[in-house]
Amino acid sequence: MAALINKLEHEGARAICSRHGNKPEALLEILHKTQQADSYLSDEALRTIADALNISRAEIHGVVSFYHDYRREAPADHIIRICRAEACQAVGSEALAAHAEEKWLTPTGGVSADRQIGLEAVYCLGNCALGPAAMVDGELHGRVTPERLETLVARRVDEAEGA
Amino acid sequence: MAGSVKIFIPCDAAAISVGADDVASSVVAEAARRNANIEIVRNGSRGMLWLEPLVEVETSKGRVAYGPVAAGDVAELFDAGFLEGGDHDLAHGITEEIPYFAKQERLTFARCGIIDPLSIGDYEKYGGLAGLREALKMAPAAIVDTVTKSGLRGRGGAGFPTGIKWKTTLAQQSDQKYICCNADEGDSGTFADRMLMEGDPFSLLEGMVIAGRATGATIGYIYIRSEYPHAIKTMHKAVEMFKAAGFLGGDIDGSDTRFEIDIRVGAGAYICGEETSMLESIEGKRGQIKVKPPIPAISGLFGKPTIVNNVLSLATTPVILAKGADHYKNFGMGRSLGTQPFQLAGDIARGGLVEKAFGVSLRILVEEFGGGTRSGKSVRAVQTGGPLGAYIPVSGFDVAMDYEALAQSGAMLGHGGVVVFNDTVDMAKQARFAMKFCEIESCGKCTPCRIGAVRGKETIDKIIAGEDRAKNLEILDDLCDLMTDASLCAMGGLTPMPVQSAIKHFPEDFGG
Ligand SMILES: Cc1cc2nc3c(=O)[nH]c(=O)nc-3n(C[C@H](O)[C@H](O)[C@H](O)COP(=O)(O)O)c2cc1C
Ligand code: SF4
Ligand code: FES
Repeated sequence: MAALINKLEHEGARAICSRHGNKPEALLEILHKTQQADSYLSDEALRTIADALNISRAEIHGVVSFYHDYRREAPADHIIRICRAEACQAVGSEALAAHAEEKWLTPTGGVSADRQIGLEAVYCLGNCALGPAAMVDGELHGRVTPERLETLVARRVDEAEGA
Repeated sequence: MAGSVKIFIPCDAAAISVGADDVASSVVAEAARRNANIEIVRNGSRGMLWLEPLVEVETSKGRVAYGPVAAGDVAELFDAGFLEGGDHDLAHGITEEIPYFAKQERLTFARCGIIDPLSIGDYEKYGGLAGLREALKMAPAAIVDTVTKSGLRGRGGAGFPTGIKWKTTLAQQSDQKYICCNADEGDSGTFADRMLMEGDPFSLLEGMVIAGRATGATIGYIYIRSEYPHAIKTMHKAVEMFKAAGFLGGDIDGSDTRFEIDIRVGAGAYICGEETSMLESIEGKRGQIKVKPPIPAISGLFGKPTIVNNVLSLATTPVILAKGADHYKNFGMGRSLGTQPFQLAGDIARGGLVEKAFGVSLRILVEEFGGGTRSGKSVRAVQTGGPLGAYIPVSGFDVAMDYEALAQSGAMLGHGGVVVFNDTVDMAKQARFAMKFCEIESCGKCTPCRIGAVRGKETIDKIIAGEDRAKNLEILDDLCDLMTDASLCAMGGLTPMPVQSAIKHFPEDFGG
């Protein structure tokens, strides 16, 4: 019994809930912080959060699936999010995305075979006068050309490997 | 030794996205190498985004602008004597004399780009806190009256008179009321909320305290989209500093007013910009739309009376209280009073923020301020008002940018975004994207939107493929009418606007 409970328990998530007073209205913040720590939301984490906040697991799944930010699976090492909204479309974001899909051999929404690069679509990063805009590992970039995107990603990969 | 030279390098996300941090490091290193005594201020952006990173040097004549500066240009700038405002290819003279900036009427963005965003001293020196101090001397009803008389209308999109909304909440008897600031800014082509939060965050906080005092609310939330990490960070720091300075908490500035502010971060859902969806999200739930009535001003967050206002609406109230309703309403025309921060985006040579009195023509914005396209191609269409707004052809550019005139021409102002497309744009693809965006972002509550968007996209695919065009255009038109009439909220209700305007003004792209 104890072993079973331990397996379902996610200590990190439990602590985050407790820091938020185990309040259901803090659910989004709790999910954000748990994901920041683990890079995705595991079954154990969701179960623990449901228990700590005293809400049903169906309710939590409803919330997690509603919002685009939450992931249920471990992401790639590096995440490229290319803005695909209108203002960036007007300056070539579709061609930029097509280039990225070819370069890293993955469709948007997928990850490269070596799981190094994940490619995502995002709809507006608030950088619409300096498009195409993209985020690489959470850092915002403007006037992104295919060449610049490759340089930016290579730099992140090198930094991670050097670390 | 002479005093240090002040150098301004923006910390605005757009400026950083094109290298402002690297430029700042280079300036520090180069100054050290040359033993130059400098002080760097990380200001907000002036809004002349095509010049970012825009570096300014304080001189006896005023601040001199250089841009766009790359880290590699810095040594050369020092050689050119830029610490004394020396001339260089990247120099633009005195910042405030650059026509793009000089021709604006800045009320909401009066301080943005000028001050250190996180200096309360700077904030006060440039007119901050005057509105709040005025409000603290006034009765709540008098504050509401001033805001009503100013003509201020909600800048989030719907344009509802702010004073009337406040009056409704003031009239409610309740143990708790809330002010919720909508900083979800999901519309493509808009970034004014972000710029203000990063460049002049205290003005938003001041506006929220004024709104609290005016309506009897004591708790405020700022709901910021997760795509804005810089704004989130700045607002967190600003809240702490405002509190430490005694402008949040109890007995604000020695008065009996109390107000607290908390920040909530969205999770990537466009629909959470709609007010009922945002309130659900702040409660930690799915951002599903709720049927109105009741309106939030009567029953909102946790069932309590709640003001939902856009960042710009709230941040504009301090200047209204400080300078009076008349001063504000002297700008603008008809029922669109005051100024609107327009945002020029897409394929535009001089993209950025232009705050002008309502009534300026779209042509002046795109051609005079924007300078046409960045690519050098000719302009073909503009979309105003975000992804739910209409596409306007060049022949329609003389329309006055105000709520009524735009609505009359079948378009909308929305949050003030202006997105320029060049002559390579395929309007059938843009129409398809409008439906696809609705499909992705629909909250799923009602069928006309949830199913309609999918059908709409499929039908446009058939039109693009040349399949029975006349019939499919008719089906699409009927579908659009249904979505307009039967959707529960403006997501499904306005998606037909970009679609039908594209078909109307650019039939040749639909095989017409
Ligand atoms: C689909 C949809 C998205 C919206 N997104 C935003 C938004 O991002 N920011 C905003 O202030 N208002 C947005 N609104 C409008 C809000 O519902 C609401 O009218 C507004 O926040 C009220 O503030 P205001 O009166 O100050 O404009 C949106 C509305 C709809 C239907
Ligand atoms: S129109 Fe769309 S977004 Fe609005 S309530 Fe219906 S399904 Fe939800
Ligand atoms: S549309 Fe791409 S950043 Fe706004």
